[in-house]
Amino acid sequence: MPTRGFALPSLAALLSCMAFLAAVAGGAPASQAATLEEALQGLAAKSYKERAVGVEVLAATGHPRAIPILEAMAKGQLFVRKADGSIVIGDKTGKVYALTDAVDGTAVGDAKKKELKKVKVNNRLRGVIRTALGGLTLLSSDPRQREQAAAAVFAARDAGALETVEQAIAREEDAGLLDQLTLAKAAIESNPEFQRDIRLAAVARLSDSALPEVRSLLASLSHEDEADAEVRAAAAAALEAVERDLAFWNLLGAIFQGLSLGSVLLLAAVGLAITFGVMGVINMAHGELVMLGAYTTFVVQDIFRDLAPGSLDYSLAVAVPAAFLVAGAAGVAIERGVIRWLYGRPFETLLATWGLSLILQQLVRTVFGPTNREVSSPSWLSGAFETATGLVLPYNRVAIIVFSLLVVGAIALVLRRTALGLYMRAVTQNRSMASSMGIRTGWVDAATFGLGAGIAGVAGVALSQIDNVSPNLGQAYIVDSFMVVVFGGVGNLWGTLVGAMSLGVINKFLEPFAGAVLAKILVLVAIILFIQKRPRGLFALKGRAVES
Amino acid sequence: MPVRSVLVDLFAGNRGGQILLAVLLGAAVVVPVSNLLLPADSALHVPTYVVSLMGKYLTFALLALSVDLIWGYAGVLSLGHGAFFALGGYAMGMYMMRQIGERGVYGHPVLPDFMVFLDWKELPWYWHGFDWFPFAMVMALLVPGALALVFGWFAFRSRVTGVYLSIITQAMTFALMLAFFRNDMGFGGNNGLTDFKDLLGFSLQADGTRVALFCASAVAVAAAYLLCRFVVRSRAGRVLVAVRDAEARVRFLGYRVEHYKLFVFVLSAMLAGLAGALYVPQVGIINPSEFAPAASIEIVVWVAVGGRGSLYGAVLGAILVNYAKTVFTGVLPDMWLFVLGALFIAVTLFLPKGIVGTVPVFGRAGARRWPRRRRPPEPAP
Repeated sequence: MPTRGFALPSLAALLSCMAFLAAVAGGAPASQAATLEEALQGLAAKSYKERAVGVEVLAATGHPRAIPILEAMAKGQLFVRKADGSIVIGDKTGKVYALTDAVDGTAVGDAKKKELKKVKVNNRLRGVIRTALGGLTLLSSDPRQREQAAAAVFAARDAGALETVEQAIAREEDAGLLDQLTLAKAAIESNPEFQRDIRLAAVARLSDSALPEVRSLLASLSHEDEADAEVRAAAAAALEAVERDLAFWNLLGAIFQGLSLGSVLLLAAVGLAITFGVMGVINMAHGELVMLGAYTTFVVQDIFRDLAPGSLDYSLAVAVPAAFLVAGAAGVAIERGVIRWLYGRPFETLLATWGLSLILQQLVRTVFGPTNREVSSPSWLSGAFETATGLVLPYNRVAIIVFSLLVVGAIALVLRRTALGLYMRAVTQNRSMASSMGIRTGWVDAATFGLGAGIAGVAGVALSQIDNVSPNLGQAYIVDSFMVVVFGGVGNLWGTLVGAMSLGVINKFLEPFAGAVLAKILVLVAIILFIQKRPRGLFALKGRAVES
Repeated sequence: MPVRSVLVDLFAGNRGGQILLAVLLGAAVVVPVSNLLLPADSALHVPTYVVSLMGKYLTFALLALSVDLIWGYAGVLSLGHGAFFALGGYAMGMYMMRQIGERGVYGHPVLPDFMVFLDWKELPWYWHGFDWFPFAMVMALLVPGALALVFGWFAFRSRVTGVYLSIITQAMTFALMLAFFRNDMGFGGNNGLTDFKDLLGFSLQADGTRVALFCASAVAVAAAYLLCRFVVRSRAGRVLVAVRDAEARVRFLGYRVEHYKLFVFVLSAMLAGLAGALYVPQVGIINPSEFAPAASIEIVVWVAVGGRGSLYGAVLGAILVNYAKTVFTGVLPDMWLFVLGALFIAVTLFLPKGIVGTVPVFGRAGARRWPRRRRPPEPAP
């Protein structure tokens, strides 16, 4: 169950938000506005007793404007304009009052004091207003409003609200809101007007949270302006603990982002690990096979949209095998048409497949147009895990990490546990012997290349969820995926996995210091230097296979 | 070796080279005459834009020559030569940027426009000296040379060969591209360097300057051809060919393979830098897209089309392919990538020796030396 985000907007933001709500409410049904206006007339009644009833009537409307009106009234800023008898909120600036209409919150000009009649309040009435406000906000039946109110109380840290907060805590049933309310209570109790042990307990409660607002509160408590040395020390220690916590969560976040990038690299590279790693074919059109997979996803979604719009969410289940078949067929065609004439001539293979990549790019550009194509994400992939500590794990990223591992697992199974895998390994290790044993080496070559190409297509389905589907999609990954395979060690699936993940994590760890582009450059330079040191990659094959 | 025999050695039995030199020198004489002396309505008048276009082709030819030197004779397929070309171009661009002076949009006496725009206060240290032409030209050769020296020293010493080397050269130019796209690098970021006004005091818009640049390019190609020819005909050149064909055997015979490779790699990079320096004033801009891996691999196909391992074949291929590119992108812009892609495939499948290896006019030089290996007995896994 994902935890909802926890935000503490400042009081100003809260009020402006309410002003917005009020503006929206301006167009609300007339009956409600009439009720609000009737209730307002009750506020301006002659006796305190009648006004108290008016306050309760106003609170009972539940109208969003009721809160600012009651707050203004408690502060003595509510007036009746003598000219037309309308009720206004007046903010004294210099000698004049800036007026806003009580009903809709719009500015209605300035007025001098003698043009206005104050709506007077006494202590009893203030108590009534406070209770009404608490009921409207902290004690409201709407959880969103309670959340906002808790945030506002946290920001204001007004001791007067303590009683209502405690009331709210007693009634609160939602665990997340309860957490916010106790934080707000602790924030109030950290004020200097409370006794030392209450304040220390409050600081201890605050140190459980890593929110930026809490940190700034702790920072101000640990500042030298704080008179009580013991509270100051406790706040400083709490702050340090919070920051340590935060660093830990940031680290986890960076690792997740690194794994996420690594899984993308892995998907892009894993097909190459077969064509380049197992067969030794430099396939520069690999990126374009990935692109074909992404465009297959687009086409499949289009068909779903036309024929079965209700099950669009499940189109990916069809897109994965479809992309495998499309890219795999393209791969077999490439192998039979071009590559098989070029075995043993790696430079020529490189050039011919580069030519193929140009043709495929232009083909897609001609058919689908040069602009990005929209591939929608299924609803079950939108959204994210969020923790209170600010760690955000988008579902589609998590899904890609899982998916990439599944793909690698499936390839490992095919290579180790199927007849095709056995033939592939046999042909790779000793072609003429395999041929003598009756294996049709040409067929195995085509199937191996088709498998690698099909995996590239499947990678394209995943990448279409996070990247732009355009004719240049493949170009963006070709250098990276070769780097992954060479870094991990050619002909080694495990090396590709470790290589991709470690490159992703290293990249994300460098980013905060160096920025995204420089991090990428640094990683590239590091790989170039690494290849100088270990020309056969992280997990080099040993033995005679190396020399061939 | 006496001078005479060196000359004989350079020209004898090399009909392709003789044709190339004759055409280059002829062009260097005929084009200025027809552009500057003949009236504009004459049938033989060559318009200035054509002069610049041909000049651009010649700089590409020089670049292809540098790739053929390393690929055709040392068997090192560099997919990063665009980087050396671009570095030479940036050196020339920096010189011309400094020459703009107060004529820029912001009129700053020292800082180029893009630095004023980025609110920089003073010139970065590496921009100093580029207002002096000889220094900029030395840098156009030395910077690519130094990069090749460092990169090649690491790569050849640890015996990174074959396609591995190709892939890391591609990564090198890719990394440089990303770096030059950054504004912080101080090379104009995305937009690169442009709005040049003059070169050595001559306006870049003037016909005379354009023609002079064309002639300089023709002379540079001819001189570079002779230099490469001299290198590959020397003893070191023979060792290089041996390295290309059987590297391990050469090493066992006691040659320091990596020294030979490093020498020819650095020389090749400096030629590419020279080509870049001649290219930039003729097209009027240099930006990071010159570092793109696709640009570097395109150079290789020029060489493959012409026929590697003959030097003049590279020149021919570069000019032919780029002429086709001009024609196609003008008439059928969507078709160009199909044509280029098909060219890659067709040349590797059907013309492995390129044009000069297939058309008999050019004699037997060069191409024959490639070992006949169309279907090896056992394809490598």
